[in-house]
Amino acid sequence: MTALDASEATAPTRGKSRAWRKLVANKAALAGLAIVATFAILAILAPLLPIADPLQTSWSAIRKPPSWSHPIGTDELGRDILARMIWGARASLSAGLFSVMLAVSIGVPLGILSGYLGGWFDMIVSRITEAFLAMPFLITAIALAAFLGPSLINSMIAIAMSALPIFIRLTRGQALAVKAEEYVEGARAIGLGPVAIMTRYVFPNVLPPILVQATLTVATAIIAEASLSFLGLGQQPPAASWGSMLNVAKNFLTQAPWMAVWPGGAIFLVVVGFNLLGDGLRDALDPRSA
Amino acid sequence: MTRDTPTKDVAMTETKFEPIPDPRAAAPVLSVEDLSVSFVTDGRRATVVRNVSFEVRPGETLAIVGESGSGKSVTSLAIMGLLPPRVSRVDGRIDLAGRELTSLSDKEMSAIRGRDMAMIFQEPMTSLNPVFTIGRQISESLVRHLGLSRAAARAETVRLLEKVRIPNAATRFDEYPHQFSGGMRQRVMIAMALASKPKLLIADEPTTALDVTIQGQILDLIKQLQAEENMAVLFITHDMGVVAEVADRTMVMYRGDMVETGTTRDVFHDGRHPYTRALLSAVPRLGDMGDTDIPGRFAIVDAVSGERIPAAPVVDTVDRAAPPILSVRDLVTRFDVRGGVFGRRTGAIHAVEGVSFDLHQGETLSLVGESGCGKSTTGRSIMRLVEPVAGRVELDGFDVLDLDGADLRRMRRSIQMIFQDPFASLNPRMTVGASVAEPYTSHRLGTHAQARDKVADLLERVGLAPDMMSRYPHEFSGGQRQRIAIARALALDPKVIVADESVSALDVSIKAQVCNLLMDLQESLKIAFLFISHDMAVVERVSHRVAVMYLGEIVEIGPRAALFGNPQHPYTKKLIAAVPVPDPARRGIRRDLDVRELRSPVRPLGFLPPERRYRTVSPGHVVMEDAR
Repeated sequence: MTALDASEATAPTRGKSRAWRKLVANKAALAGLAIVATFAILAILAPLLPIADPLQTSWSAIRKPPSWSHPIGTDELGRDILARMIWGARASLSAGLFSVMLAVSIGVPLGILSGYLGGWFDMIVSRITEAFLAMPFLITAIALAAFLGPSLINSMIAIAMSALPIFIRLTRGQALAVKAEEYVEGARAIGLGPVAIMTRYVFPNVLPPILVQATLTVATAIIAEASLSFLGLGQQPPAASWGSMLNVAKNFLTQAPWMAVWPGGAIFLVVVGFNLLGDGLRDALDPRSA
Repeated sequence: MTRDTPTKDVAMTETKFEPIPDPRAAAPVLSVEDLSVSFVTDGRRATVVRNVSFEVRPGETLAIVGESGSGKSVTSLAIMGLLPPRVSRVDGRIDLAGRELTSLSDKEMSAIRGRDMAMIFQEPMTSLNPVFTIGRQISESLVRHLGLSRAAARAETVRLLEKVRIPNAATRFDEYPHQFSGGMRQRVMIAMALASKPKLLIADEPTTALDVTIQGQILDLIKQLQAEENMAVLFITHDMGVVAEVADRTMVMYRGDMVETGTTRDVFHDGRHPYTRALLSAVPRLGDMGDTDIPGRFAIVDAVSGERIPAAPVVDTVDRAAPPILSVRDLVTRFDVRGGVFGRRTGAIHAVEGVSFDLHQGETLSLVGESGCGKSTTGRSIMRLVEPVAGRVELDGFDVLDLDGADLRRMRRSIQMIFQDPFASLNPRMTVGASVAEPYTSHRLGTHAQARDKVADLLERVGLAPDMMSRYPHEFSGGQRQRIAIARALALDPKVIVADESVSALDVSIKAQVCNLLMDLQESLKIAFLFISHDMAVVERVSHRVAVMYLGEIVEIGPRAALFGNPQHPYTKKLIAAVPVPDPARRGIRRDLDVRELRSPVRPLGFLPPERRYRTVSPGHVVMEDAR
C-alpha cells in the first residue's frame, strides 16, 4: 500500500525491460543461463566442431583414460567420449526442449479452454488431469515409452504426455484467476467473443508462470530422457545419449570411472542450470517482489 | 474545541510553530520533529516524507489528509516503526510520551506498539486471524501485555466488546471473524487496539473500506471512545468530509511535504496554500447543488498557482419529449445459493428484484446504495454480462433480453461500460492504442488506418496526447488510466454508458476532473449515463435523476433536487444523514445511528417477493410504501 504510494512518484519503467534487468542482476540465474547457453551452443555446433566421429569404434583404444588424442577418454568400443558427450547433448537437450514444447502447446490451450469455459468440458479435462497427476511422472513416462516402443522420438512423446497434466492444471488455475479480472469483463462488454478473449486477454496474461514452469520442467524432462535411455527405452545404440552412456558405464565403474563421470556430471550441470534459470525467471516475472 | 498553535509561515520548506499558552495545555502525547523518510528502490534514494513536524495532545485528534503519494501513510508507519528497515531510512525525532522512538531497538519498539500506541487499519477483512475466535484474539494480548489471568482476560474482553458497542458481546466472544460483518470487524479491531489503554491511537483510513452508514457509526464510536479515554488520535484519511467531522486540527500533506497545518476550522475556511484550496474545491459537498435540475461541473483550482478556473455552466442535454433510450421494466436477477454434499439449491440471492426505470438521451441517472444492494448487478444485467431471470430491457430499439449471437454483439455497440478499478480494467499486456482501438476493429467498423485516427481523436477527446498510444497501461497514473478506459468505451459511439463506481477509486482532485470530463462528453455527444455509485456527494453533482436501491429494489427514484431536498423513504434519509460533510461546523454532530447491520438479500427457496406499492410524491418522484 505505502510502498506503492512511494513508487508511484518515481518514473515508470517498462515491464519487460524491468523483468530482464532483474534477471540479469540475479547472479544465480545468470550462471544458470550461462550453463544452459554453453551446452546449447555445443549441441547446435556439434557437426562443425573439430571432434572425432562419435560412432567411430577403435579396437586399439578401448576404455582408455584421458589422453591427447582422446581428451576425456574412450568407451568400451574405443569411441571418443568427448564427441559422444557433445552429440549426446543434442539428444538430451532436444528431448528436454521438444517434449516440453509439445506439452506446453497442448496443455496451455486445454488449460485455457477448461478454465475459461468451465462447465462439463472443464469437468472432463480436470478429472482426467487429476487421474494422471496421481501417477508419478517418471513411472508414467516409462510406461508410455515402453508402450510406444523404444526410440528417441517416442521417448519425447512419452515425456511430453507425462508432463502435460502439470501444464493443464497450472494454466487452468491461472485462467480462472484472469477470468475474474475486470479487463476480461470489459472485453465482454465491448462485444468480443470467447475466442478473441481467450487469445488476446487470457493467453498473454497466463504466460509468465507457464514460462517458469516450462523452464523447470525442461530439467525434469532431461532427467527423464536420461532415465529412459538408461533403461534402453530412449536413444537407441549406436547413437549417443547421456543416459545410454551411463547405462554402459555402470558395468565398468571400477575399471573406467571416467565413462560414468562425464555424462553424470553433464546431466547434473544442465539440470542445475535450468533450475537456476527457472527460479531466476520466477523472481524476475513476479510483480510482487519489487 | 482545543485552541492551538496556528502557523504563520505556510511555505513548503519551513513551518515554525509559535508556542501559544494553551489553557488546557498538557504535555503532548506525540511530538514529531523534522521527520523525513526515504526509500531505496533500484539503487536510487527517493524521499517520500520531507521535514514534517507536528504534535498531538491528550484527547485531541489530528488529521493528516492527503492524496495517494502524499506520504501520509508512510508518516504513520514511521511512527509505529513498521517501515521495512532495509530499504527505508527515517530521520528526525519522534517522541511518544517523552520517549524518543527512532533510536529504539526492534524489541523495545514492539513492547511499545500495542501498549502505548495502537493502530487500526483500513482493511478489517484481512487484519484478523480467521482461525481463532474473536474473544481469543483479544484476550490473548491481554494475557500477554497486561498479565491477566484467563478468567480476568475473558471478563475484560467482554467489557471491551461492549465498549465498542457490539451487541450481545458475551455470546459473540466465541465466534470467528467470518461471522462478523465489515463494520463489526472494525469494531473488534478497535476493541483490540483499546485493550492496553494506549495513549495514542493511529487510525489509518479506518472507514474507507466501509459503507457510508457503517462509516458514520464507526466515526461516532471513535469520537465517543476518545472522550471516554482521553486518548490522542492521529487520523489518516483522504476524505475531507471525515476530517471535518473528527479532527480538532488538520495537517495537509502534498507529495511528501506538509503544506498546511492548523485548526480544522482555519484550514477549511482560510486555507492559504494553493493545494489546500485545490483539494477543498474538488470536494463535493452534499447540498451544494440546491434546487437546480441539471448537473454542475467542479471548479478546478491549480495546485501550484492557486488560480481558480471557474466551472463552465452545464447545458441541459435532456429531451424528455423523446422516447427513452433505455427502458427497464421489472428486472429480476437472482443467483443460486448451493449447499450440502451434492450442491443442491438451498436458496437464492435476490440481487435485483423488480427494478424499473427509464433513461433519456443526454441524461444521467444515478443508482445509489450500499454494498450488496444490487446496483452493480443491475448495470451488468442490462448489458447481459449476467443473465437476468425476468423483466424487459429496451435499449435503442433492441429488446435486450431476447437477443443472441450477432444481435447481442450489435447491441453492445449501443451500450458500453466504464469500470471502477482503472488498474484492473485494462489488459496489462496490450498497448493503450490497441486497447482503445479494439472495440472499433473487432466490430469491423473501419480499416486499421481509420482505427488509428479514431484512437488519436478519442485520446484527445479525453485529454490525453495521441502519441501515448504505443505505451502500456502500467506507465500511466490511475486518473490517466480511467481516461483511457473512457476513450475505449467511446470507441463504438455508444448511446448509453454504464459507469460502475467509475470515479470511486480516484483521488479527490482527479475525481473532480474525471466527473467534469464525463459532463463534457455528455454535452458534446448526448450520451446517457447510468452512474452507479455509493458516493452521495458525487451523485448529487453529476445526476439529473437519482434512484436509491436497497436489498435489490429501488426504494425511491426522482429528480435530483427533489430526492435530496425532500427524501421520503427512511433508508434514503438515513443514507443522506450518514454522509460526512466537509464543514467543520458539524464537528460536534452525533448521528446516533443504531448499530444495525445491512441486511442480506439471501432468501430461502420458494420465497415470493411481496407486492410493492408506490406513492408519487411529485412528478417523477416516486417512493416505495414501506411494508417492512
